[in-house]
Amino acid sequence: MADIPTHLKYASSHEWVSLEGDTATVGISDHAQEELTELVFIELPDLGRELTAGDPCAVVESVKTASDIYTPLSGEIIDTNDALDTAPGTVNNDPYGDGWFFKIRLTNPEELDNLLSPDDYAEQVNI
Amino acid sequence: MDMKETQLKRTPLFNTHNELDARMVEFGGWEMPVLYSSIAQEHHAVRQAAGLFDISHMGEFLFGGPDALKFLNQLLTNDLAKLEPGQGQYTLLCQDNGGVIDDLYAYRLSDTHYLLIVNASRLEIDWMWIKAQRNSRHKSLQLEMSNPSDDLAAMALQGPKAAEIIAGVFPTAAELRKNQIAELEFAGATAWVSRTGYTGEDGFELVVPNGRAAALWEDLMSLGQALGLLPAGLGARDTLRTEAGYSLYGHELTSDTTPIEAALGWAVALDKPCFNGREMLAAQKEDGVSRRCIAFKMTGKSAPPREQYKIFSADGTSREIGEVTSGTQSPSLGCGIGLGYVEHAHAKYGTGIEIEIRNRRFPAQVFRRPIFQKSS
Repeated sequence: MADIPTHLKYASSHEWVSLEGDTATVGISDHAQEELTELVFIELPDLGRELTAGDPCAVVESVKTASDIYTPLSGEIIDTNDALDTAPGTVNNDPYGDGWFFKIRLTNPEELDNLLSPDDYAEQVNI
Repeated sequence: MDMKETQLKRTPLFNTHNELDARMVEFGGWEMPVLYSSIAQEHHAVRQAAGLFDISHMGEFLFGGPDALKFLNQLLTNDLAKLEPGQGQYTLLCQDNGGVIDDLYAYRLSDTHYLLIVNASRLEIDWMWIKAQRNSRHKSLQLEMSNPSDDLAAMALQGPKAAEIIAGVFPTAAELRKNQIAELEFAGATAWVSRTGYTGEDGFELVVPNGRAAALWEDLMSLGQALGLLPAGLGARDTLRTEAGYSLYGHELTSDTTPIEAALGWAVALDKPCFNGREMLAAQKEDGVSRRCIAFKMTGKSAPPREQYKIFSADGTSREIGEVTSGTQSPSLGCGIGLGYVEHAHAKYGTGIEIEIRNRRFPAQVFRRPIFQKSS
């Protein structure tokens, strides 16, 4: 059973969001890392990149396949988790902690209302 | 669950996979385990100890009679006449234009009996082609042929501990040499055991009637447990065969590629006077081919190469010279590896090439097969 922390918000494309002021930290859910299997390579967005909600902005690669990761919110990338460069498996081991992907400064905070609550996300992944 | 999924075929080991909590995927019309624990863990088990694969989806064709050898040698590229009873060889089934219909293993079971083991995804096409050949060009030959694939299960026990494990069920199997096959007995039924595989490791492939599959799997697993044997899925099977540089039908081999282009000329016996595709293959051998299948390794830090990524020259002209047909992260080497086709001039070992990954190019080098080999 995948872990779905109750203090986060979720996108239906399996990213999680944690909000601090006008900045959101984004990663992928425990369910997503389980489905992807062990990650061997992660490509993160460039700093300063301006994104619109739903843009593909990172790539995760397991042994078998490459998958896009989307930003759930619009804004500018202000930090990325460079430690994933040498230790992509951190996402499998600690998806909600050290396995975070990037921080984005929001340009359209109202988009937060489009995200799923933990309960709604739980319902989605249990189908 | 969608319609397609409900129509997938299941092997006699389906319940076994479920009990092991395997992740199942579609492959060649079958519902097969892609992994049980983790692809990397299963991969390492095969390289260091042993792994057990369900390969029941593969097809088995039997041929017998005074003209069986003559018939098969007209269809297959390798020379079956070179086999003693109890030996097998890698071979290919080609169209008249040299395009590959399938790659397979052919075994001589006795003086006049032969067994072919073919790919699941090609089984129906192979069988139709073989029947059509029999009923047109080879009508007068005396032979019987049958396709008992639906009644037979198969598994592959692979890895350095495979011989030690198999001896617990088939004491004589460990004496088989590479490519040899023996007709043995398991729980009162016939079992074919060959010293072959698709991983680049020592190992065995076993064919038994469907009803004996689960018991044989259990026996091998319990014998191997203490030696580090793990059940292994199609994910590890793919990374292992890619490291070994083995072709996979639908990737390196298609009806638009020939064995010469695929660097499988060693399995084409041009000294045979006549077989399907001979004319084209002899001409390619003589005149050379414009493109050739290569194995390569990424030489810098990059994402793993994947099928259909473009290959560029690294000689300063930066020209597109080919395409990746199989690519993965090598669990043994910790870097990206792959197979692909390039223009012939770039196919030499050691040649630098570039792989385009998401619009950026990364350096790689043409490598001798196997891409990975244990130093021992």
